[in-house]
Amino acid sequence: MAVCTGCSLLCEDIELTLKTGAISQVKNLCRKGHGHFQALFTERIVPKIDGQEVSVDQAITKAVDILRNAKHPLLYGWSNSALEAQRVGIDLGKKLGATIDDTSSFCQGILMELVLTGKLPTCTLDDVRNFADTSVFWGADPSNSHPRLLSRFAYYPRGSKRQKSYEEERNCLVVDVRKSATAKLCSNYFRVPPGGDADFIASVIDVLDGKIPKYGDKKRMIDLGTILRKTEYGVIFPGVGLVYALQDKIELLKTLVAKLNEITTFKVVPMVEHYNMRGFNQLLLDDSGSINRVSFHSGQVTHGPENSIMAAAKICDAALVIGSDPLSSLPFGTAKSLAGVSLIAIDPRRSLTTDAAQVVIPSAMYGLEAGGSAIRMDGVRIEFEPIVKSDLLSDEQILARIKEEI
Amino acid sequence: MVGAMEIYKLLPTDACKECGYSSCMALAVALLNREKKLEDCPALLNPKYADKFKKLKELLAPLEKASETGLIIHPEKCFGCGNCVVACPVNVAAEPTRCGIGLGPQGDRVILAVEDGVVKCMNVKECRRFGPNKVMCNACTVTCPSKAIEFV
Repeated sequence: MAVCTGCSLLCEDIELTLKTGAISQVKNLCRKGHGHFQALFTERIVPKIDGQEVSVDQAITKAVDILRNAKHPLLYGWSNSALEAQRVGIDLGKKLGATIDDTSSFCQGILMELVLTGKLPTCTLDDVRNFADTSVFWGADPSNSHPRLLSRFAYYPRGSKRQKSYEEERNCLVVDVRKSATAKLCSNYFRVPPGGDADFIASVIDVLDGKIPKYGDKKRMIDLGTILRKTEYGVIFPGVGLVYALQDKIELLKTLVAKLNEITTFKVVPMVEHYNMRGFNQLLLDDSGSINRVSFHSGQVTHGPENSIMAAAKICDAALVIGSDPLSSLPFGTAKSLAGVSLIAIDPRRSLTTDAAQVVIPSAMYGLEAGGSAIRMDGVRIEFEPIVKSDLLSDEQILARIKEEI
Repeated sequence: MVGAMEIYKLLPTDACKECGYSSCMALAVALLNREKKLEDCPALLNPKYADKFKKLKELLAPLEKASETGLIIHPEKCFGCGNCVVACPVNVAAEPTRCGIGLGPQGDRVILAVEDGVVKCMNVKECRRFGPNKVMCNACTVTCPSKAIEFV
């Protein structure tokens, strides 16, 4: 059995058949995970310095030189890496006096902070399967982003208290700007215009208070209120769509969840995209008191927006990117700034960042070539063992060597 | 997916009954259920219906890929989400501690399983739609987010 590291569901029931070191057949792996594992054989990279192929040792030595001489080093990425590597990475950041940030800074950080600090009630996905009768996907399309979420936990499986499952006992609500693949399957779909989520939340709160809603179709909003009131155990899965729409109005979501919990039980499980983003957020929170955007410059721990990737990319003189592809995913201005500094990329596969990096260090892919552990989107720790033998160093080993040499 | 009415519109509609059915509509349903072939309609072989014959051939071509239960899988559309695997009542009965709680099947008694990122159909005879006393179950098709599974 292998663990898929394609998304934050970390599916543990993957059956691989290996033939002369390659995957010949794989069972129970979704299309996204299949693509993730297949890239192991098609998009591999080799160690490089300034586009010239070198040995891993030379690439690591060059990376050490760059980081040692940098005044404002930045360590970014981390979401697609194991907990062990993240632990070493945080220690490396302290040793270097670096700024450290991860992908949550640009997506679900605000929400994750509320969940990890206990300001929003949360539960595990096993609780969702066993007890939940209403799942609300808000600004998220799990059929595409987490293909097996509905079948493994949220809607279709039979749980200990939900034996009749989707046929009689479960509701699936989708609030989104478009009729997504998930919206086609759900029992109720509510369309909101882009940015209209705050008004929608205000209307749901009105309905729950017994008032006439100001926004949207009044009859449908009252129906929604009835479904929410009748729920015994509800779970809201907020996606990036909701977080981007709310931004500084995230308190509204807290108010809604508090209001729902006055009536019944409602939990929040953020739809984390990368397989170990929550793990990094948890580690950094335990270590420094903040989930992201931390600076260890001059031996002092500071956190704030000035340490976010958006700001730090403009002032850093060297950057180490691991487990992420910021040049593809970040806005052009930030990506351009990042591409202009001495860039070190550690990744198992080719990406735009590895193409533009000054130093490229290939690493083993977690879940297949390297073992470790990661935190699933609901906070459960999942361990995984290497399935394929590989000569490549893992992220943890590479970072440990860099840290040692520095 | 093609319907009986679309087939009927391309048949001669002269109710000659030479195919053994009392109307062309009955023949259209039989063609859809793959109980008869186009060549069983003698009138359609007449050169004046050559165009319609050709169109019907094209229309019925996808049905040749269907299993005995009429199931057609479009692998290019499949997400591999496994909704059908978990929703299928035969799968749940075969592996209640796996498919029943959302995990992928381990044994070989199931009808649907995800292999290489897409759904595969096996053990067709176990399907509730198999045979003359079939139950018109559609648990796999209604739970598919991308309409990668269809019944004829």
